[in-house]
Amino acid sequence: MKKPRAAKPSAPPKPALGLSFQDVILNLSRFWAERGCVLQQPYDIEVGAGTMAPETFFRVLGSEPYRVAYVQPSRRPADGRYGENPNRLYKHTQLQVILKPAPDDVQQVYLESLEALGIPLRRHDIRFYEDNWEAPTLGAWGIGWEVRLDGLEITQFTYFQQCGGLDLDPVSVELTYGLERIAAFLQKSPTVFDLNWGGGKTYGQMRLEEERQLSAYSFDQADTAICRKIFELSEQEARRLLGSYPKDAPTAARLKFPLLAAYEFCLKCSHLFNVLDARGAISTTERAALIGRIRTLACQAAALYLDQKSVEGARA
Amino acid sequence: MSRDFLLEIGCEDIPGWMLPEAEASLRELLEKELGARGLLEKEPIQTYSTPRRLVACCARLAVVEPDRTSEVVGPPKSVAFSPDGKPTRAAESFAARQGVSVKALVTVETPKGEYIAAHSRQKGRPARDVLAEIIPGVVRGISFPRTMYWTSPEGLRFIRPIRWLLALFDGKVVRVKLGGLESGNTTRGHRLLSPAAVAVKSLEEYRRRLAKAFVVLDARERQRIIAREAERALKREGLRRRADIAQLEELANLTEHPAIVRGEFSTEFLSLPAEVLITVMRHHQKYIAVEDARGQLAPVFIAVLDLDGDASGEIRRGHETVLAARFRDAHFFWQADQKRSLAERVRLLDQVVFQAQLGSYAKKVNRVVTLTEWIARHLVWPQGRRADIEAAARAALLCKSDLTTEMVGEFPELQGIIGGLYARAQGEPEKVAQAIYEHYQPAAADASCPSTLEAAALALADKLDTIAACFGAGLAPTGSRDPFALRRAGTGVVRIVVEGGAALSLRAAVEQAVSGLVRGGLKVEDPVRLASEVLTFLEERARYVFRELRQHPFDEVNAVFAAGWDDLAEAAARLEAVRRLRPSKDFEPVAAAFKRIRNILEQAGNGQARAAGRANEELLEAGPERELFDRFVELRPRVAALRQAHKYEDALRLIASLRPQVDRFFDKVLVMAPDERVRENRLALLAQVLREFSTVADFSEIVVTPKG
Repeated sequence: MKKPRAAKPSAPPKPALGLSFQDVILNLSRFWAERGCVLQQPYDIEVGAGTMAPETFFRVLGSEPYRVAYVQPSRRPADGRYGENPNRLYKHTQLQVILKPAPDDVQQVYLESLEALGIPLRRHDIRFYEDNWEAPTLGAWGIGWEVRLDGLEITQFTYFQQCGGLDLDPVSVELTYGLERIAAFLQKSPTVFDLNWGGGKTYGQMRLEEERQLSAYSFDQADTAICRKIFELSEQEARRLLGSYPKDAPTAARLKFPLLAAYEFCLKCSHLFNVLDARGAISTTERAALIGRIRTLACQAAALYLDQKSVEGARA
Repeated sequence: MSRDFLLEIGCEDIPGWMLPEAEASLRELLEKELGARGLLEKEPIQTYSTPRRLVACCARLAVVEPDRTSEVVGPPKSVAFSPDGKPTRAAESFAARQGVSVKALVTVETPKGEYIAAHSRQKGRPARDVLAEIIPGVVRGISFPRTMYWTSPEGLRFIRPIRWLLALFDGKVVRVKLGGLESGNTTRGHRLLSPAAVAVKSLEEYRRRLAKAFVVLDARERQRIIAREAERALKREGLRRRADIAQLEELANLTEHPAIVRGEFSTEFLSLPAEVLITVMRHHQKYIAVEDARGQLAPVFIAVLDLDGDASGEIRRGHETVLAARFRDAHFFWQADQKRSLAERVRLLDQVVFQAQLGSYAKKVNRVVTLTEWIARHLVWPQGRRADIEAAARAALLCKSDLTTEMVGEFPELQGIIGGLYARAQGEPEKVAQAIYEHYQPAAADASCPSTLEAAALALADKLDTIAACFGAGLAPTGSRDPFALRRAGTGVVRIVVEGGAALSLRAAVEQAVSGLVRGGLKVEDPVRLASEVLTFLEERARYVFRELRQHPFDEVNAVFAAGWDDLAEAAARLEAVRRLRPSKDFEPVAAAFKRIRNILEQAGNGQARAAGRANEELLEAGPERELFDRFVELRPRVAALRQAHKYEDALRLIASLRPQVDRFFDKVLVMAPDERVRENRLALLAQVLREFSTVADFSEIVVTPKG
């Protein structure tokens, strides 16, 4: 058997079979916008999943109804394969939808979103298999399923139960579409790099360099001492900020507190942890401890967010 | 009068593996609630389930509860009535409170004397009202391994969101409110094939319309369809499903309308081990693996759908693409892993934590090597066979290296197996490879034990080390919590020894395991106590294995264990002897006599001194006492010899043959004679009989069936 081949970046996209990658994004965005979602832009800090963007992490807290959809490029350094594996990526693309509170017919609406992608439901095997999602660095978890389309996992469907260590009331539903997989399915492409991205480009032309270089960095070249130092510094800065929250100060001072900045440092920790992990620089013993440190920051940020919301509510 | 009852809880997809227990729980709760109210008649409660519904029904339920009479006891008669029989105020107010007239009060006898009482008769309520009252509690009470909320933490909790509730009795809706839902008379068909709501009026109509709406309600029927369709798709090529009942059940519980597709994969992938291919298909993709007539894996799989078929072949192609990608990954892992041998990987185990308080796998491997050697040296198998110590120790050294491989990272359920396969591929001796391959066995109560002596030695050492280490760190199982699966490990230890018929002192092995912990630098506060705790735990596992898995009655297990259980294979042989001899005519009477002896000795007090006593021949009275003694003396060496030769059944039969002498002794002889010396001597005789004839099994533990 041959080794999986690297995709050739120069190959022009084949005639479009299914929706292009960008049309998948457009269709899903339109679908959810028509159902009352705000379309937000991707978050501009490295995250491992759309859940980590403040649009999910903070918005699911508290009681205010909210509906949002956004594309979130998500980095998983350990999953990188230098662009040589047809289906594994350092950075994949999620379309994240948050529906708060969870609508009664959410499963049905989700299925309709697949129809919006041109998937005739009656001609495919669509299954909801138990999969309870958990993000230990965020103190977040939920109950739900992975959705399989003819055996291919295309979406994580979760009823959020806790986020930042806090019980959620009301419950939000989180739908996380794996866009590369959906596009590969629609275009019947065995490798993600041959996908038609749109605009006359393949996925490989758009992203292969990034896969090669970032895999090379996180597997081979990351200086673990430096990364560790940045981790420590980021944690230190997040902790300092969170510790300086003016709990007893008047409303205005509390609202001015840069909670989002503190949370961004927490996200940096999370990403650096992933880089160090891919580099093989974290022992199993240390892993739990580091995850715990990041979670502490995330949980503090969640609690302060609610405090800010409560004073904001009191003022309004 | 009776009418049909139907309850359907409509849900978002419930995990298939939870359905059988959920059904049982629903049935039990309804039986209990309806039974307690006298509404159940001859017809049983039946239950069904699919991923989207839990259903309970009963063809005939009573229409009203039976009337009930109740008695409320009031004040003493002497207080309630004056001596001339006139009711006092006490009687009047009691009667008023109970809503009866004073005339209707009755006198009842109580242990405290005569009291007055009121009898009241409650009319049974209509079944419909009762059902409305109990259904919310029943639904909430269904037990699931884990539940969720989907509105708010104060909202209803269930396994997945409940989206509709159908409750019918006698053709009409039973009005129930539950977590914001109201019951109705509509069900829903298959999510995609017949999504419209369907109103029904009866059980019969429900079944009929659901079948038309592409829902196969009965899980067994769904299993039959899958099995039949798979056979149809395979038999022309001489292929068949790999036998796997558990998987068939699981697949049937993941679909409301089963259909199958037959897919293929490239024969290139058959160069990967069958274990890997099957794991990918079975666990990751939920496909049925296929084999040829010789049992060889074929490049074919069956995927079960929740749909009515795959006319265009698109679904099949989709599944084939996904499977090929997963196999390609596995192939990639296999090749990447061969860059470092298992032997080279041993040092990487420094970085792999066995358990936070217990250090790395490198340390565990060190301990397991030593313990494996000890066990291989001391364990004697039938016909005097012994394990190859060198091979067993080599296997122990390499057995955890696969934890550092990509393949086990991706397929953790294959640890051990991957190690065995890699060892073979890397040219390790076959005995070593096989021992690594099997060292996690038995993986479940009904799974097989290691097949070679080296594998058994390693499996025992690994499990004993884990148990001792976890107990030492205070991680013993408590109640239903057993996060390190120590009970399974303990059961494994017992089964390996017993099923292999291998002679081993459990105490010595446990002491070795504990001293290994101490030598390995783990903090063990009191090694002696730790060993005794582990032994107590293993004794409990052994009793469990004999009672639950090998079906020995509990009193026989008690009897045999009272005579020792350090060598479990030997205890198993004694248990078999008791099982075979139990029905014989003298067995239970002798057991009863031994029990009597034990009671007499206990009542006589000063137990320990007496238990060790010996009868003085000169003080024996002629007749039954002398006869018992003579017979005892005659049997004693023969019993001992038979026990020595492991002829337990013959030994027991001989002991049981003491019955006539024992019976006559108790008939004719007064044990508690007035003369102290005679009395003490008789007690000593009994103690001696009990002691020396309890070495195979302690008869006095046998629970004798009372004669009818």
